[in-house]
Amino acid sequence: MAGAITVQGLTKSFGTFRAVDDVSFEARAGEITALLGPSGSGKSTVLRMIAGLELPDSGSIWVGDEEHTDKTPQERRLGFVFQHYALFRHMNVRQNVEFGLKVRKTPKPDARTRVDELLELVGLAPFGDRYPDQLSGGQRQRVALARALAPRPDVLLLDEPFGALDAHVRQELRRWLDGLHRELGVTSLLVTHDQEEALELASAVVVMRRGRVEQAAAPVDIYNQPTTPFVAGFVGASNLLKGTVRSGELLFGSTAVADASDLADGTDAQAYIRPHDVLLTVAPGNRSFPVKVERRTNLGWQSKLQLRLADGQAIFAELPNDELNGIDEGHDVNARLRNAKVFSADAGEPPAGPTEGSTSQDTLHTSDEDEVLAGRAGLN
Amino acid sequence: MSATETRQPPASTQDAGQRRTSRRRLGPGVLLALALAYVLVLLLGPLAGIIYYAFKSGFGVIGQTFAQPDVQHAFLLTFIIMAITVIVNTIFGVLVALVLARDRFPGKRLVSALVDLPLAVSPVIVGLMAVLLFGRGGWFEPFFAARGIQIIFAVPSMVLVTIFISIPFVIREVVPVLQELGLEEEQAAWTLGASKAQTFFRVTLPNIRWGLLYGIALSAARAIGEVGAVLIVSGAIQGQTETATLFILRAFDQFQDQQGYIVAVTLALFSILLLIGIEIFKRKRIREAR
Repeated sequence: MAGAITVQGLTKSFGTFRAVDDVSFEARAGEITALLGPSGSGKSTVLRMIAGLELPDSGSIWVGDEEHTDKTPQERRLGFVFQHYALFRHMNVRQNVEFGLKVRKTPKPDARTRVDELLELVGLAPFGDRYPDQLSGGQRQRVALARALAPRPDVLLLDEPFGALDAHVRQELRRWLDGLHRELGVTSLLVTHDQEEALELASAVVVMRRGRVEQAAAPVDIYNQPTTPFVAGFVGASNLLKGTVRSGELLFGSTAVADASDLADGTDAQAYIRPHDVLLTVAPGNRSFPVKVERRTNLGWQSKLQLRLADGQAIFAELPNDELNGIDEGHDVNARLRNAKVFSADAGEPPAGPTEGSTSQDTLHTSDEDEVLAGRAGLN
Repeated sequence: MSATETRQPPASTQDAGQRRTSRRRLGPGVLLALALAYVLVLLLGPLAGIIYYAFKSGFGVIGQTFAQPDVQHAFLLTFIIMAITVIVNTIFGVLVALVLARDRFPGKRLVSALVDLPLAVSPVIVGLMAVLLFGRGGWFEPFFAARGIQIIFAVPSMVLVTIFISIPFVIREVVPVLQELGLEEEQAAWTLGASKAQTFFRVTLPNIRWGLLYGIALSAARAIGEVGAVLIVSGAIQGQTETATLFILRAFDQFQDQQGYIVAVTLALFSILLLIGIEIFKRKRIREAR
């Protein structure tokens, strides 16, 4: 039943705006794959094309070994969960969940059993007679999920499903969805701009930007081995430092601080460093450079430190308090970088720079437009 | 969608306070009295007058009036015209509203403005236009004359002008409801396997029903009350193309005031029933557009 989702060379323009540009990836069967990117990156448009709510200009969409590219949404048998729930407001919870069974002419007793089963599954069994406006946001989204799952779809598409919810409800629902997925194992594609959500829920992440795929990999690789400056800057908190390359080393001033063996001599370089990868020592050491602690915020078990380099650049460090050894505001200490990701400065910088190796992208404008247009262009 | 957010208290309490004091300065009773007087004198006064005159010389006249074939025919005709108008304007009104609310096309603003034209043009002019088009020497007259179909001075032209005059109501009520509704519920229905027809009847229509009924009630009221355009195209032939409103006109012309009053009261009664319906629909529609 569960099939992989494969998209090949998907392209879509709205007027002169190219919302999705030659996007290819695979979402493995039975797993949650996240489409991660800032608003305007085209991720929702990709999802809507997979659902058939938008038709691609070119490219193909497959679920399992079945081509879906030109099918209507009705023929695709997919579950779709909208950011704003899109529950039928004149129907109660039961009727909402039953809708997909009813229009597909499921026999009444079967439909009733299935609805009971799903209400139980999403923990809303006592709320069957309520109307959507009598439910909280989290409850509504669970109804939407039950509704999408009722006709036993081949794949589940989730468009920013927690985007409209409070932070703590979002957390709770995220854990709940994780558990639900473990139970059901339906192939899922989750669109989100929240990198934490993507890393927590998905077993594979496709990072998108300006209609293109920046990197597709396992969450841990996205986090630890970003292949573009954009991914390095977008996924997880990062410091951005500028330096130059000499003899395969990244230099701040005249101090070598990190390996840059794949960059040519004299290249202006940019380095991305996670705050917990900035190590501080009182004494100088190999590849260390002097910094001044400008500010220290104690967060209990760890501290956040604002550091100033000799050349004026600032970075943040997050270190456990028991590793600080008395380092505090005003101290002059030495910093060392662990796992610095070094890119050529030409490779662009997040979030506004162009994609690595692609200058044609410069003509595009990033905005919320694609989401807006996507919403408008639906019914023709 | 966001039921709780939209139910907000007044913009600011200071604002509300100011409004309260300025009203107090005028005296709370004065505005109320003015408003009530206005409604009573201008609206209820004439109604009371008609009712008084209609029943002045006893209730026997009622039976006599309604026993007249002309009166019966006039009411029948009024309701036939109203029924056709409502059906046509409901179907096409919803279609036009869907296009105006959902599609983007060049000239959309113009179409949207044209929809309101019947509200701006005097019904008498509408009647004249119909005569110019379908009357002797009109553009369409040869076509229908050749097929032996009488348009002017017959029911078809009366239906036509009434439809024209009540075009805006359904469209104007349904468009904002559709816009507020958005597309997502319909798209959700498609992904759940509902065909376009199923989606319309199970999702869209239930969502716009109160706005639609409100528009229909307004259309019906307008159709029942129409005089000017119908007078011009019908020729007001007694017992043939005479509607209830035209009967009233003739009754006064021929000094049969009492009959005129009775027919008028009957029409007013229907209008009041429609008005009650309109109020109910309006309230439900406001809840719907929450």
